[in-house]
Amino acid sequence: MLPAWVYVVVIGVASNAYAFAKLYKTASSRAALVASGQSNPALLFLYGRLNGDSVGALTAWRYGVWAALFAILMSIFLVIRHTRGDEEAGRLELIGSAQIGRQAPLASAVAVAVVANVVLTAAICVILPLLGLPAAGSAALALAVGTCGLAFTGVSAVAAQLSSGARAARGIAIVVLGVAFMTRAIGDSAGANGPSWLTWVLPLGWTETLRPFADERWWVLLLPLAVFAAATWLAFELSDRRDQGAGLLPDRPGRPAATAMLRGPFSLAWRLQWGSLAGWAAGYAVLFAVCGAAAPGIGSLAGTSSALEKAFTRIGGAAAIVDAYLGSLMLLAGLIAAAYGVSTVLRLRTEETGDRADPVLSGAVGRVRWGLSHLCVAFAGVLVLMVIAGVATGLGYGLRAGGAGHQVSSLLETGLAQVPAVLVIVGITALAFGLLPDACVAIGWTALGLAVLINIFGAALQLSHWVLDISPFTHAPRLPGGTVAAAPLIWLCAIAVGLIVTGLSGLGRRDIG
Amino acid sequence: MANAIEARGLRKRFGTTAALDGLDLAVRVGEVHAFLGPNGAGKTTTIRVLLGLLRKDGGEVSLLGGDPWRNATELHARLAYVPGDVTLWPSLTGGEIIDLLARLRDDGHDAKRRQELIERFDLDPSKKARAYSKGNRQKVALIAALASDAELLILDEPTSGLDPLMEAAFRDCVSAERSGGRTVLLSSHILAEAEALADRVTIIRAGRTVETGTLDELRHLSRTTIHAELNGPFSVEGLPGVHDAVLDAGRLRCEVDAADLNELLRRLTAVGVRTLTVRPPTLEELFLRHYATETAEAGAR
Repeated sequence: MLPAWVYVVVIGVASNAYAFAKLYKTASSRAALVASGQSNPALLFLYGRLNGDSVGALTAWRYGVWAALFAILMSIFLVIRHTRGDEEAGRLELIGSAQIGRQAPLASAVAVAVVANVVLTAAICVILPLLGLPAAGSAALALAVGTCGLAFTGVSAVAAQLSSGARAARGIAIVVLGVAFMTRAIGDSAGANGPSWLTWVLPLGWTETLRPFADERWWVLLLPLAVFAAATWLAFELSDRRDQGAGLLPDRPGRPAATAMLRGPFSLAWRLQWGSLAGWAAGYAVLFAVCGAAAPGIGSLAGTSSALEKAFTRIGGAAAIVDAYLGSLMLLAGLIAAAYGVSTVLRLRTEETGDRADPVLSGAVGRVRWGLSHLCVAFAGVLVLMVIAGVATGLGYGLRAGGAGHQVSSLLETGLAQVPAVLVIVGITALAFGLLPDACVAIGWTALGLAVLINIFGAALQLSHWVLDISPFTHAPRLPGGTVAAAPLIWLCAIAVGLIVTGLSGLGRRDIG
Repeated sequence: MANAIEARGLRKRFGTTAALDGLDLAVRVGEVHAFLGPNGAGKTTTIRVLLGLLRKDGGEVSLLGGDPWRNATELHARLAYVPGDVTLWPSLTGGEIIDLLARLRDDGHDAKRRQELIERFDLDPSKKARAYSKGNRQKVALIAALASDAELLILDEPTSGLDPLMEAAFRDCVSAERSGGRTVLLSSHILAEAEALADRVTIIRAGRTVETGTLDELRHLSRTTIHAELNGPFSVEGLPGVHDAVLDAGRLRCEVDAADLNELLRRLTAVGVRTLTVRPPTLEELFLRHYATETAEAGAR
């Protein structure tokens, strides 16, 4: 998992730097991009303020905050998994009883996260100058990303002490991240008279206030480092004061008896997974409303680079630039929904390896019913997410450009047209779970990774048509602006059903555990 | 009436290791059957085959008159299972899980019995499962199984996390179940528990059944321990079936095969006995004898 995170951050930064250098060769085209980027509140919300018009400054603008976000997520998952996750599973008890200090697991988790962030920083530091960017700015951007990861290493270490459940601890850290993103986003997009000081308050904003590639303010790096030091110190203090297995926040007592709702495998799957779906839905609503609101400015933004215009139309598959942008947004929504679908189906495997499938299957519950329980949550979740993506994009765009009703219905249609392709990816995961359970995690994520690679980078890489055709998303109609052909959608649905049926019949035939 | 569980020559392989290598098991309707064996002998694997979670590679197996693999869903409505390592959904409370497990079996819900058991086992049902200790998790699964109206209870080392007080409560409950006519398969390595509860016993080793029968039958096959203080000189020379004899200043300690007990006693009383203790073999001794042969065989190889 660790190399994958490092890869996402480093390749993400590098490919942005490469793309800007290629798409915006002249200073005047870059200046035009900066002018339109600065005036679009939605883009300011998503990416932050522009500090200059060099290729480096553009890269820092386009991916600085997001690279920091990924570094932070990596740190959160790493720290929680190796502290509270292990503790909840009872693994730390074994280690704790050995000749090891009680702080050692926390210390080693923090150490691993520090190493991961250092690797990340070093990689960006090395790769950006190779692409021709100034060394000082590259180092500043790399350090901005890495120190954000460090700051949240500390935050996660504290969160791990607070709650007795790994899921809740991760939730606490992610809520802090959400608040950090929103304060920065509001500070950046509020305009000249707005509360622009908000950008300064929490870690994500410091990637901008450090000003990589534009007269770096090096001292800003002290802020995340101070957060890291203070939070890590606090985590050690807290962990010294609490019992093994306990959290500082009291566990609220729950219901002494189940409600009539919790009655079988389907309601159990829903109970286990609705919280995560609610989080995804909220994220979708905000992200796509903002992205939709950015659409009216896309014309002027893309007009600054003919290469960018071409890129959009290639991915979007329609001539009209705004429609192309909206189309690629829906493709993105589909790919992210597929990630949700894969993780939801893989919950079956987690339940199985965690021995929590046995109590269900030793009841009067057939394997197919159990398998379908989580698959249904995945279907429903994917559907909900795509509806939200369509409606939120339509509203965000329509309210700024006018014709909200029409935009909502047209984008809803586009969003729903991606669902069959998403279900094929879900189906591949289900098939792997049924037939090759040991490899299903790798197979599910690889299938999604290939689809991302093919549909996001495929056109730019000029892959041949039969390679592009492998991805189910290639066959999903990229409305608005095109006509819907029913045949490919029916084919995709049929393939998804075939994969799922084969997977479930495999599940019926194999050993559990 | 046919047996509740009947397995003959059961085989199951994981890769190159044979977990079950021709195992036989017969559990009669209405009995408490102890299923004994050292760690890794194949107890849990057998139970998972019986539950239809694993597919047998060979042999025959029937459960409540059906095929545990093909008729799993119907059969599961008639049995309740307590796994050895109880893992629960951390975000659900104990009470919710007890109810859920009952509903998953399409069980008639006896609220009074549920409440009785919760009090008996001293469980706080409103705690989230993540806050439970191993013993408390085990109690959740036990209460769900005991509160059910299942004909057959399959308990895989159900008391390994319970304290002595709770273990006593468990024994009372299982005795009550037996008089209520339920069949219980109790896998365990707590031999005192099996000795106290079981009608019949099956001992397995390395995936194979080595001994099965009632405790009396098994004892009959094994040796009795004799301690005696004697009035005169004595020798075990020429006595059949006497083992490990130690004679020291008029005290004798030895083990004797059941068939040769009479002969030994005759010879002892001929010499004159001041005190005499005759102790039948404990289950532990039965168990250790099979274990010891295994280590001896391994040593000989």
